[in-house]
Amino acid sequence: MWIVTARSPFATVLPNIVLLLVGLVVFVAIIVLIFVLSERTKEKTQNRLKYFVFLGPALLLLIIGLIYPAIRTLYLSFFDARSENFIGLQNYIWAFTQPEILIVLRNTLIWTIVVPIASTTIGLAIAYLTDRMKYAGLVKSLIFMPMAISFVGASIIWKFVYAYQPDPNKEDIGLLSAIFKAIGLTPPNWLLEAPLNTFLLIAVMVWIQTGFAMVVLSAAMKAVPDDIIEASMLDGAKGWARFTRITIPMIWGSVIVVLTTITVTSLKVFDIIRTMTGGNFQTSVIANEMYQQSFRALNYGTGSALAMILFLGVLPLIIFNVRQVRKEREVH
Amino acid sequence: MRAIKRRSIVLATTSATAFALILTGCSAPSGSGDIPAGCEAYADYQGNSGTEVEIYTTVVSPEAELFQESFTEFEDCTGITINWNGSKEFEAQLPVRVEGGTAPDLAVFPQPGLLAAMAATGKLLPASDAVAASVEANYSPDWKNYGTVDGTFYASPLGANVKSFVWYSPKTFKDNGWDIPTTWDELLALSDKIATTSDVQPWCAGFESGDATGWVGTDWMEDIVLRFGGAEVYDKWVSHEIPFNDPAIVEAIGKAGQILKNPEYVGDVPSIATTSFQTGGAGIVDGSCAMHRQASFIGGILVADQGATIVTPDDTTTEGGITTFYFPGATADDKPALGGGEFIGAFADRPEVQAVQLYLTTPEWNNKKAALGGWFSANLGLDTANVADPVNANAVEILKNATTFRFDGSDLMPAAVGAGSFWKEMTAWVAEDKSDKAVLDAIEASWPK
Repeated sequence: MWIVTARSPFATVLPNIVLLLVGLVVFVAIIVLIFVLSERTKEKTQNRLKYFVFLGPALLLLIIGLIYPAIRTLYLSFFDARSENFIGLQNYIWAFTQPEILIVLRNTLIWTIVVPIASTTIGLAIAYLTDRMKYAGLVKSLIFMPMAISFVGASIIWKFVYAYQPDPNKEDIGLLSAIFKAIGLTPPNWLLEAPLNTFLLIAVMVWIQTGFAMVVLSAAMKAVPDDIIEASMLDGAKGWARFTRITIPMIWGSVIVVLTTITVTSLKVFDIIRTMTGGNFQTSVIANEMYQQSFRALNYGTGSALAMILFLGVLPLIIFNVRQVRKEREVH
Repeated sequence: MRAIKRRSIVLATTSATAFALILTGCSAPSGSGDIPAGCEAYADYQGNSGTEVEIYTTVVSPEAELFQESFTEFEDCTGITINWNGSKEFEAQLPVRVEGGTAPDLAVFPQPGLLAAMAATGKLLPASDAVAASVEANYSPDWKNYGTVDGTFYASPLGANVKSFVWYSPKTFKDNGWDIPTTWDELLALSDKIATTSDVQPWCAGFESGDATGWVGTDWMEDIVLRFGGAEVYDKWVSHEIPFNDPAIVEAIGKAGQILKNPEYVGDVPSIATTSFQTGGAGIVDGSCAMHRQASFIGGILVADQGATIVTPDDTTTEGGITTFYFPGATADDKPALGGGEFIGAFADRPEVQAVQLYLTTPEWNNKKAALGGWFSANLGLDTANVADPVNANAVEILKNATTFRFDGSDLMPAAVGAGSFWKEMTAWVAEDKSDKAVLDAIEASWPK
C-alpha cells in the first residue's frame, strides 16, 4: 500500500511512522484488553491463561518466523527448481557430487575450523598478556574496534588492502602489494590465487572476531579468584604452568562458548565472500551458494537443500552450546 | 477497573479511526474533467487523476533522475504520479515481492530470462490491447517478440543498447598510423602490429562486476558466435537445440581466447577477472591501451569516471576523445549486431497502470527521454537528431538498419546459465586459466533439464 517513492524521502518516512505509531497503540490496546479480561476470570482459569498470555506471542512469532520456514525449506529441498515436481534426494545428491559444490563444502569446512581456532587463540593470548598491563584498556579497545564494523564495511576495507595493479607502470593502491614491492618481492594477484585467497578472506573474519574472543575471555579471567592464583604461586607455578594449569581450566566454559559462537558465525559467513570475490576464484561457501542458487539461478530446490545442509551443520553446535551452558549452571 | 476498561475501549476506537483514515487517505477519489491547457497530447491518458503507479527497476540515481524528469509533463497533465522505485537487488527482490503478494504495478526487466520466469508464475499480466497495438506500430517485430513468452505478449520494450562495438581513441590511432580493421584477420593483424611496434597494450578488458562478474565474457562469446557460427547457430545455441559444448561454440571460445587469453595483447590475463568493467576501458582514454570491446553504455561511464569525451571517428585531435568501430566479423560485409534492452511488464491492470505502460511505448516519450542524454531505445519513431552522443546515434542507426540483429544470448538463457554458470565459468576461464573444453562442459552440465 505504501509505495516507496524516489522523489521525496519524507513522503516515504511519514506514512511509515504513522503506521508504526498506530501499530504501537493497537498493540498496547490489545495487551490492556487481555489483562482486563483475564483479571475478570476465575483464579483457576487465570493460572492457565497466564501461560498462554506470556508464552503465546513468543510462540506464535517463533512458529511464523522460524519453525514454519524451516519445515517449508525442508519440503522445498525435495522438489525441483520451480518447486513443482518431487525429485526425492536429487538436490542433495547434486550438492555432494557437483565438483563446484564440493569446493564450496570444502571451503565452509576450512572456515569453520580455522576461524574459531585462530580468533580464540589470538584473543586468548591478548587477553592473558594484557590482563595486568598498564594501558590495557587502550589496547583492548583498539583490538575490539573491528567488531563494531559491519562485515561488508570490513570487506571493502580489506579489498583495498588486497588490491592488485596488473600494470607495472601504474601506481599500486593495495597495501599488501606495496609492502611486497617495497621489500623486493613480486606480489601475486591476491584474491585470485586459490587456496591462498580463502585464507585471505578468513583473515578478515579473524580480524573481526578476535576482539569478541578477547573481551569475553578477558572478563572470564578477571573472575578467576585471586587466592587460587596466589596459592599456585606459593606452590611454585611459573607463568606458563599457571596459564595452562590454572587459568585455562578456570575459564574453560567461556572458551567453549567463544569457540562455538564463532564457529556458528563462520558457518553462516556470506557478506565477506559476496563483497570481496562474489564467490568466484574457488572461494564460495554454503551461505553464498545458497543465495546464488535461490535468487540468481532461481532454483529453490538446490537453494533449499544447501540451506538444510547449513542448518544440519549448525544444529550440533547449538545443542552442544546449550548443554554446556546448562552444565555450567548446575556447577554453580 | 471500570475506568481502565473504558480507557482501553477509547484507545481501541481511536486507533481504528486512525487506521481507517490512513486507508482512505491513500486511495483518493480519481478526478475527471477537462484536459488542462497544453496537455492535448495526453488526451488518451486522462481520467486517472490522483492515482499512483509504481515502476520497479534496477535503474537508480543518477539515471533515475532523468527518467523522473521525462515523466514530469505526463504527471502534470494526467494527475498520475509515477513512483520510480530503483533497487540494485531488483533481480533477487522481484521474485520475492511477486511470491509475497506485493508485486509492483510495473517492473522493468533487464533480461527476458527473468521476464519468462515471472510470466510462468501467472502473476505477470499480458499487455493490454492498446499497448500491443502501439508496440506493433512503433517497434520492429523482433522487439515485440522479446517481450513475448509462449505466444503471449507481456512486456513492451523500454531502453536498448548495442554491444558490437570496439571502443578506441581516434587520436591514438591517427598518431600511430593505425587503420580501423574491417575483418577479424585485420583485427588480429592490427593487434600484432600494436604489440610489436609500440609500447601501447593492444587490448584491455575487465570482467569484474560484483556478483555479476563475468558478464563481459559472455558478451564476447555471443558476439563471436553470431559472427562465426551465424544467426542460425546463435539461435540454436541460445535455445539449447545444440549443446553448449557444440563444435561451433568451441570454435568461438577459441577465437575469443586468441585475444583475451593472449598476454601479448592484454597483459596479465588473470587480472581481467579482478578489473572492474567500469575501469576496464580506462586505458583507451589515457592511451595505455588501444582497443576495448564493450557495449554502447560504457561511453557514459568513461565520460563520468575517466574524463573522456565521446567524439566522431573523424575527430583525431581531441585528447581523451573516444569513439567506436564495429566489432569485425569474418568478412567486411558480414555485419550482424548484438544488443540488449529492457522490457516493462505489468502486475496490475488498473487503467492508470495501462496508461503509463502505453505512454512509454510512444515515440513522444522515447524522443523526450533520448533528448535528455545518455539513453536510446529501439523505438522506430526515435529521431536520431534527438540523440546527441555520436556513438549512441550510430547505435540507433544500427538498431534500425541491421539486417541481422540478435538479442544478448545470456539474457535469454535460463537464469541458472545466463546469470549463473556462464558468468562464473567465463570468469574462471581467465582467472584460473580453465581450459576451453572444461568451461563449455561445465556450462553444458549446468543447463536445467
